[in-house]
Amino acid sequence: MAKFSNKRKRSGQAISTASLPDIIFMLLFFFMVTTVMREVELKIKVKVPEATELKKLEKKSLVSYIYIGKPLPKYRKVFGSEPRIQLDDAFAQVSDIQQYIINEREAHDEKEIPLLTTSLKVDGDVTMGIVTDVKQELRKINALKINYSARKRTTDL
Amino acid sequence: MAKRELQEINAGSMADIAFLLLIFFLVATTMDIDSGLARKLPPMPEKNQKKDDSKIKERNVFVVLINSHNQLLVGGQPMQLRDLREKTKEFITNPLDKPDMPEKNPTEVKYFGTYPVSKCIVSLQNDRGTKYKTYIAVQNELVAAYNELRDELAMQKWGKPYNDLPIDQKKAIRDIYPQRISEAEPKNIGGNK
Repeated sequence: MAKFSNKRKRSGQAISTASLPDIIFMLLFFFMVTTVMREVELKIKVKVPEATELKKLEKKSLVSYIYIGKPLPKYRKVFGSEPRIQLDDAFAQVSDIQQYIINEREAHDEKEIPLLTTSLKVDGDVTMGIVTDVKQELRKINALKINYSARKRTTDL
Repeated sequence: MAKRELQEINAGSMADIAFLLLIFFLVATTMDIDSGLARKLPPMPEKNQKKDDSKIKERNVFVVLINSHNQLLVGGQPMQLRDLREKTKEFITNPLDKPDMPEKNPTEVKYFGTYPVSKCIVSLQNDRGTKYKTYIAVQNELVAAYNELRDELAMQKWGKPYNDLPIDQKKAIRDIYPQRISEAEPKNIGGNK
């Protein structure tokens, strides 16, 4: 018992919490810097289809995205309602894809180039014609690793 | 003038404010995990390369056609999507050694000894008018058939699913069930779309 009372006497002082905000701010800045808010502003409607045999995309820095879908209503006047390709923030043609992949390659180290993956984010209601054209372009430029973006399916077929 | 004493601002609540901000960022930044079906495209054929697909026997090819109305024709017969997985598995393994299903090639595989490896090739053809949704569903079923076969074999041999196996055991199973899904050059039968 004596021991306990001894301790209690000493612990009268509270720990200084003055540096706590600094620690938290540090954490906050860490998160603000590391989480990439790389959300491309989508100008087309993309609702990817569902699948079960999904694989995660490993390294985000090695992935380039190609979006295909129908333009959103506000762009319909200019771009029509047929499915369109979007690269980064702008509408693109099938012929722009090669240049896009070349640019992506130039931004990376030479030894990373074989690891580059192209993620196709395609709306489920698009017909295969445009997707096939995109795939042919990717084959021409030898960007063979692709990933058909999909959501997890929870219901049965 | 300075009647009042210069009081220090109480910084005790600063931590709470910072916490609030921190939690906001943790919640708001979606670390959305991108996932999808990983596939590899075939390289473009060289210009002077001759076509030599005559080597592959007809019985080894599992033909899946999708038309512009999203209907399936599998091995010459119409089929529903939900039956495709079972049918594919049956075709790959050919359990009854039927003459119209793929031949087996006895191959030396590590851990398994000589194993009759099926020579099956899945050939997927779609129309330009096929919906992407259907195409992905079919791709998914084909990949699922392979994955299920691999899992079954892994369970049988080691009592573990395929994904939990060490690398060289995975490779042995991959040698037995190599994923061979080939996509033909697209055709445009159902009109322009």
